[in-house]
Amino acid sequence: MLEHKERPINRKVKRRLWLNAIMKTGFFAATLIGLIFLALLLYRVLNQGIGYLSWDYITSFPAPFPEEAGIWAGLVGSIMLMVIVAAIAVTIGVATAIYLEEYAPKNKFTEFIRANIQNLAGVPSIVFGLLGLTFFVYMFSIGYRLLAGGLTMALLILPVIVVASQEAVRSVPNELREASYGMGASKWQTIARIILPAALPGMLTGTIIALSRAIGETAPLIIVGAATAIYTLPDSLLSKYTVMPIQIYNWTGRPQEEWQYVAAAGIIVLLVVLLMMNAIAVGIRNKFQKRL
Amino acid sequence: MKRIKQAALLAAFVLVIGVLAACGSEESANGESSSGEGSSVSGPITIDGSSTVFPIMEALTYQYQKEHPETSPTVNASGTGGGFKKATRGEVDLTNASREIKPEEQAIAEENGIKLEPLEIAKDGITVVVSQQNDFVKNLTLEQLRKIFLESSEATKWSDINPEWPDKTIKIFSPGHDSGTFDYFNEVILEEQPLKEGENTTLSEDDNVLVRGIANDPYAIGFFGYAYYAENKDKLKALGIDNGEGDPVKPTNETIQSGKYTPLSRPLYTYVNVESLKTKPQVLDFVTFTLKNAGEAAKQVGYVALPEERYKEQLEQVKKWASEK
Repeated sequence: MLEHKERPINRKVKRRLWLNAIMKTGFFAATLIGLIFLALLLYRVLNQGIGYLSWDYITSFPAPFPEEAGIWAGLVGSIMLMVIVAAIAVTIGVATAIYLEEYAPKNKFTEFIRANIQNLAGVPSIVFGLLGLTFFVYMFSIGYRLLAGGLTMALLILPVIVVASQEAVRSVPNELREASYGMGASKWQTIARIILPAALPGMLTGTIIALSRAIGETAPLIIVGAATAIYTLPDSLLSKYTVMPIQIYNWTGRPQEEWQYVAAAGIIVLLVVLLMMNAIAVGIRNKFQKRL
Repeated sequence: MKRIKQAALLAAFVLVIGVLAACGSEESANGESSSGEGSSVSGPITIDGSSTVFPIMEALTYQYQKEHPETSPTVNASGTGGGFKKATRGEVDLTNASREIKPEEQAIAEENGIKLEPLEIAKDGITVVVSQQNDFVKNLTLEQLRKIFLESSEATKWSDINPEWPDKTIKIFSPGHDSGTFDYFNEVILEEQPLKEGENTTLSEDDNVLVRGIANDPYAIGFFGYAYYAENKDKLKALGIDNGEGDPVKPTNETIQSGKYTPLSRPLYTYVNVESLKTKPQVLDFVTFTLKNAGEAAKQVGYVALPEERYKEQLEQVKKWASEK
């Protein structure tokens, strides 16, 4: 009698364990696919580019000979552009998120705005380039200069930052807010001292994803006039400039094979800058997470 | 406390960037003033236009900036059309072009009171290539080219072009529709009729993609600028083009320069804003420099120089434009 009952249960357990094993293998394979391609990419880029990577390469301006060409103008241009973009996009993005989450009345109109901001994040970057050309370059007559590029890229990544910051603000437990009000704090005091610090890690994650997108963009910047060959560094917001992806793109299109290696070296520099940006963000985030 | 730390971190970041930038500009200033030759011209020179012509312009500005460190030339590459858009508004001093200015572009320039004049700086031969593995085709007539590339032709196999050739499907590799190279081929060979499209046609804006595709397939054919063929002679075979005279001509430096390789050799231009020539001494100086050195620069980056007299003629022309009232 007992044996008869045990059998189907055993079978069920076995099947469940088996299913679990299959799913585990499946998920692992999915992870592996990403990792393999990442490894291949890194291997190829490092293999091609490492020979051309040197201090001279980092500190040289573009040149017509592969051995003399360097990424300096692009490196400095990209970093300066990112500082401008981060300053503008984070300020406006976080402010927007706070307004929408904390102050705005919860009605259809707010909901409509929210949905549209999410849609904006999916608009092709070239559209932002055209927008930047019309408004910043012509209407505000900034011209084809660093500031116009920075404002355009800030617009491009603004939706991503707003959405991420909204999520971050929303995920702050309501108890914290209520406790703060209970102590007699005003709304602004609650936001500044409770919500912002608690939401900061999430906001930073969104910001870093957005900035990583911005640092790799080429198309909108070509439209708003980033140069391809330039022999001076930007020394003000109204300087001519170039960025790393434009230089890399230009090199990969050349007929001579050596340029592919020069481009690969540029990609390594771009990746290192990206990693450094991420490291800074992770550093700040860890500091704030410990507090909670 | 935390906020102070945060602010300090930000300040440090900005400082590092500032120092980096400062070092850079100092370094470059030092490095270049030593090689400068006491020139008197200074100021920006803005150049935009064709990405095909870009390598020549980069070579020229690079050398020019070394000799005249007080000038700051910038070269963009928004394409021939994009360059004309800016040039006809008077936003740039020079714009590179791999074709002549269109009447409608000229009209906009006139409307804005901008006078643009073309300078021929080099030549390129659009090269029709097959793989080195292809052992049956050597030359093609214009008629055969049309049969291969035109949408309206029935021919899809090599045997449809010449019965002696294998019964295999022709794979077409062509630059994308935005490129000046395609425009030119379209104009002189296809006579503005549509290119064959579908599963056997590959379009790419990256000529290196075309090179790879053709090199690996004995039944592929395609076309692009001469420089891409010259760099891949071990993998590709350039076809002689018979323009109806029964004498097929292969693209070489000589046949492209002399114009014997016709109709596929094309001039590369830079259009100069005459107003800039008159009011900006550095632009006049750079244009003069360009006409003296363009031949050398063109060869350096894989294009073909014009005959020496052609540059001299144009130099005279530039002087005239600059002094005109």
